[in-house]
Amino acid sequence: MARFKRKLTQVLTAIVTNGYLPGFLKGDIYRGNLKRFCVPGLNCYSCPGALGSCPIGSLQAVIGSAKYQISFYVLGAIALIGTLLGRFVCGWLCPFGLIQEFIHKIPSKKFKISSKNPVKYSKYLILLVFVIILPMFVVNILGMGDPFFCKYICPAGTLEAGIPLVIMNPSLRQAIGFIFSWKVFLLLLTITASIFIARPFCRFICPLGAIYGLFNPISLYKLEVNSDVCIKCNKCTNTCPISIETYKTPNSPECIRCGECIGACPTKAISSSFGLKESEGLDVKEMEMK
Amino acid sequence: MRKKNGLRVILLVASIGSILIGIYREEVLTVLVKAINICLECVGIG
Repeated sequence: MARFKRKLTQVLTAIVTNGYLPGFLKGDIYRGNLKRFCVPGLNCYSCPGALGSCPIGSLQAVIGSAKYQISFYVLGAIALIGTLLGRFVCGWLCPFGLIQEFIHKIPSKKFKISSKNPVKYSKYLILLVFVIILPMFVVNILGMGDPFFCKYICPAGTLEAGIPLVIMNPSLRQAIGFIFSWKVFLLLLTITASIFIARPFCRFICPLGAIYGLFNPISLYKLEVNSDVCIKCNKCTNTCPISIETYKTPNSPECIRCGECIGACPTKAISSSFGLKESEGLDVKEMEMK
Repeated sequence: MRKKNGLRVILLVASIGSILIGIYREEVLTVLVKAINICLECVGIG
């Protein structure tokens, strides 16, 4: 039931945030005032259906503009969502996360990669270099920088915006070149990796997931482990798509809050909550430290 | 726990403050202008 609830939320969020139907019919994009607001997940604002703005695209747009060096507006919005929800956004509200999950359902051998694998830090490097440093410092004579992450990396943009717009617009089709081919290659790589590994883009590439992950240990939405009933059977780790040792680090920056561990725990030791109140008992990590 | 809650409240207030500063600086207009035009970089053309 919990799994169905999450899937339904993911699908509904994807539909609501990409609900501009004329865009898909005409090969155009929504140009209304709703685009002043950032959606919580990674959702390209050039997707024909997009009703809001992608936080990472917006962040680069402001940083790369001639007028501003930093975006209080976008960083504030990301921090607000992060403080409230952390990476709950990744597990429940991000359309590109949903797409990866659907692809992962393709029958094949599945590979588990430990949540301790240092490759996880690559997303922080991408955030720093492609989202902040390059748009800020590599500028043209007008003082404007490119959105380097969108331009050279983002497979969500290629899938949600690039491919549909190029298919529906002959003029755009004529303009495609090496960068488009490069981005299609990266998209195919992401799709292929998603068949074998759970959420590879979210774990190793996504700069938005990197930021939200930093909020996981303090966000109002959190997981709690009751040490009195936890038997350390490791079932949570084995069920977790990211292979997190939930009973030790329930609020790991890598956790996408899918809640699989909650359902898998045989003693119901794991629970989620929202708010400032926390359980009185020690969690397993604190108990081990004592 | 109290320390954590203090940090949460500070972050909530700071993030809302940051959004308001951004609105005052008219950053929203930059976001809007970028978002209502087809982003050629996102598409893979620009």
